[in-house]
Amino acid sequence: MAYSLHFGAVWASFDKLLEGLALGLGLAVAAVAIGTVLGLVAAFASVGPSRVARAFVSAYVSLFRNLPLLVLVLLVYFALPATGIMLDKYQSFVGALALYSGAYLTEIFRAGLISVPVGLREAARSIGLTRLQTNLSVVAPVMLRNALPSLGNTFIGMFKDSSIAAAIAVPELTFEARKINVDTFRVIETWMVASGLYIVACAIIAALLRRLERRFPKF
Amino acid sequence: MELFDSFLQQLWIAREALWHGFMLTVGISVASIVFGTLLGCVVALQLTYAPLLLRLPFRIYVDLMRGTPVLVLILASFYIPAVIGLSLSATEAGILALSLFAGAHIGELGRGALQAIPPGQIEAGRSIGLTFPKLLAYVLVPQALRAALPPWINTGVELIKGSSLLSIIGVGELLLKTQEIIGRNFMTIEFYVFAGVLYLIVNIALDQFGKSVERRMSAR
Repeated sequence: MAYSLHFGAVWASFDKLLEGLALGLGLAVAAVAIGTVLGLVAAFASVGPSRVARAFVSAYVSLFRNLPLLVLVLLVYFALPATGIMLDKYQSFVGALALYSGAYLTEIFRAGLISVPVGLREAARSIGLTRLQTNLSVVAPVMLRNALPSLGNTFIGMFKDSSIAAAIAVPELTFEARKINVDTFRVIETWMVASGLYIVACAIIAALLRRLERRFPKF
Repeated sequence: MELFDSFLQQLWIAREALWHGFMLTVGISVASIVFGTLLGCVVALQLTYAPLLLRLPFRIYVDLMRGTPVLVLILASFYIPAVIGLSLSATEAGILALSLFAGAHIGELGRGALQAIPPGQIEAGRSIGLTFPKLLAYVLVPQALRAALPPWINTGVELIKGSSLLSIIGVGELLLKTQEIIGRNFMTIEFYVFAGVLYLIVNIALDQFGKSVERRMSAR
């Protein structure tokens, strides 16, 4: 129990940790951006008229929500090259996280779509907007606003999940922390600082999202 | 067809390793949901009914756990106990991390369920002379349990998914066993897909169970 805290070794590599944090954020932003597009398309399909599309979306959602992210990441990184698709570790991680977040976002957007009042859609149709115009300029903005809090939570979740990229040697925060831990044996300090960085980053994102929600009042 | 035959052959050779890995995955998940639920019940009660000073440490615990990635929790509980003189095996460290994670999440959802009960019921219970433990046992907990059951089952799915992260600290659960087998026969796609299907079967079954419970709850 003779352990005294010395943060020096961790501070010496603090810039590495910050770079890792920025990389993790970048990965999460890229993945959630792609996932949002996927989720929007899938959500509109899931409330649409085509039965085949609905079945396809429901299979996509239950497949990617129930598969561990790590399995998905390893599958994309190690198994896809055998089929001739070559992705580097960044691309394959963003791809895996995008598919994963897309499934969660589909559910969120779907709930948002269902909560858009029918009268709004009817009004848009009766002033002569086409189905596509109604969806794009009336339904989508209301739905996005209603889905904003859940969208933010998903983003925070995906940012935390970017730590899993460490498993395929992407040098993000967890990977760097593990390296410092193994190099210096300042075990407690390293993990205190690493989780502190995650918590602070999550708190800042959450605060920014709350401000965004206030800027756009709920419909 | 020949490829499929050699996959089946390799699967047969690896059957015991996979079975042990699968059972360890199940065992770890069950252990962490049990510990996590026990912890979560205490946390939920403290977050809802304790005075500020007693509530604060639990609030901090929950926010710390929810702000940190599970993988960081797992790595921290793998490396830290050794330096403070506790010796935990990798499996024990993994169960510790997942239980702490689950405790925070179950605590939060329990708090949500308890706070959703109209305050009039507490006042009514008080005014007919129930003590707080009795109020809890006969009025609050039965209602909160019904509201918290579906998200609790979802936490179970999250734990099974999270248990795959223990492969990183060398716990021989399903994913690590799969990786070991792939290291031997290089059938990357086949065995990752096989492991994925096993996870899917268990998780989708749990998920469907949760949904049917939810439907029955809302029907009443």
